[in-house]
Amino acid sequence: MTEAIRISAPLDDAAIEKLRAGDRVLISGVMYTARDAAHKRLIELLNAGKELPLDLKGQIIYYVGPTPEKPGEVIGSAGPTTSGRMDAYTPRLIELGLKGMVGKGARNKEVRDSIIAHKAVYMAAVGGAAALIRRSIKKAEIIAYEDLGPEAIRRLEVVDFPAIVVNDVYGGDLFLQGVEKFRRVS
Amino acid sequence: MKQVSVKDITKKVRDLCISAACDLEPDVASAIRSALDKEESVLGKEVLSQIVENFEIAGREHLPMCQDTGISVFFVEIGREVLLDGSLEDAINEGVRQGYKEGYLRKSVCHPLKRVNTGDNTPAIIHTSIVEGGKVKIKIAPKGAGSENMSRLKMLKPAEGVEGIKAFVVETVKDAGGNPCPPIVLGVGIGGSFEKCAILAKKALLRPIGTQNPDSDLNSLEQELLGKINDLGIGPMGFGGRTTALAVHIEASPCHIASLPVAVNIQCHAGRHKEIEI
Repeated sequence: MTEAIRISAPLDDAAIEKLRAGDRVLISGVMYTARDAAHKRLIELLNAGKELPLDLKGQIIYYVGPTPEKPGEVIGSAGPTTSGRMDAYTPRLIELGLKGMVGKGARNKEVRDSIIAHKAVYMAAVGGAAALIRRSIKKAEIIAYEDLGPEAIRRLEVVDFPAIVVNDVYGGDLFLQGVEKFRRVS
Repeated sequence: MKQVSVKDITKKVRDLCISAACDLEPDVASAIRSALDKEESVLGKEVLSQIVENFEIAGREHLPMCQDTGISVFFVEIGREVLLDGSLEDAINEGVRQGYKEGYLRKSVCHPLKRVNTGDNTPAIIHTSIVEGGKVKIKIAPKGAGSENMSRLKMLKPAEGVEGIKAFVVETVKDAGGNPCPPIVLGVGIGGSFEKCAILAKKALLRPIGTQNPDSDLNSLEQELLGKINDLGIGPMGFGGRTTALAVHIEASPCHIASLPVAVNIQCHAGRHKEIEI
């Protein structure tokens, strides 16, 4: 297997352009967590013409709702949740400068088109590998919506967070390409 | 009569919630390891080895293997000679409350419309049955939403028959793609009524992987479906590969002459299930 590509977050266009569907990546830097409830609130703020609690430019959002951390620990188990539930909100955030998403499962056409149009990237982490992924998270701090508990927005500092590129800026889609290779039925 | 204390049930349920989240049962662990040996896809192998490493870390460090520690589903068999000294439902819910708090598990249960978290992972989903004897058997199967959301139920026409069942099961897995965290286990309920087939499908998931269905017709249907599903090429996490499902388990029950209910309950690779007897 080819070596994993190391990328740093926040992301810039040059780094994104190097990524292709199927590449393994190790992300180091800053990521923000948000899932269903946080996305809903962000979009409600935008609809009301208000400012978001974070600047999305260049950032990666990781779709995760971690388990509570034990006393003295940084974070609990923290694997990806199903990204498709965020599809309704994502294009709007990409327009505001969001550059990367990490989750699991496929995205809809609107998100895939938006990724191409605005130079973004969608990556998948291994669903259920929550205790393993946790090891790459070195710092976690709630920056908004503490009342949402596991769904609060957290700022994470990560080192060598393992992910796989699913949708790249060239229209590549790992789910289509990968399954095509191994399908034995029409 | 045999007296069983509900306090004892609460304590056992508390411990079961925590151990189910952290320690993968040997049947699932060995099925994943053997899938890793056989997988041909490079990315598929990478995914499976991360999954193995993950459940090893979780078991060793007493961490939840998945952050989605699920909604708590119980199948409870109560011996007809058992006398309980309080409410079974309250005892189980109290065990869940304590287990999810003290085990640092994620509370993932909310009001269906207001979406406000209940804060303690209750109420649990509890299926009870009265059996012979003087014991209480409690099976727990915490269920994450990633795979549960991809599950389906369909009332087929009897004319659609076995072919219709096969087509529905395979289509359900195909449409689910990488969402339910493959490699998956499939619980299929055939027959009964609308609600009965769903419960059969859930129950089928509790059968240990690698055990034969005692009904030889269902056993061969399970093998045929497993082959068809793995021919889809979805593979670990949907990245393409040979291992889409680890097993297909079927439970069947007689149904109305005009009906053919079929339910497909999908379980992710973190097939958590534990049982104890009191």
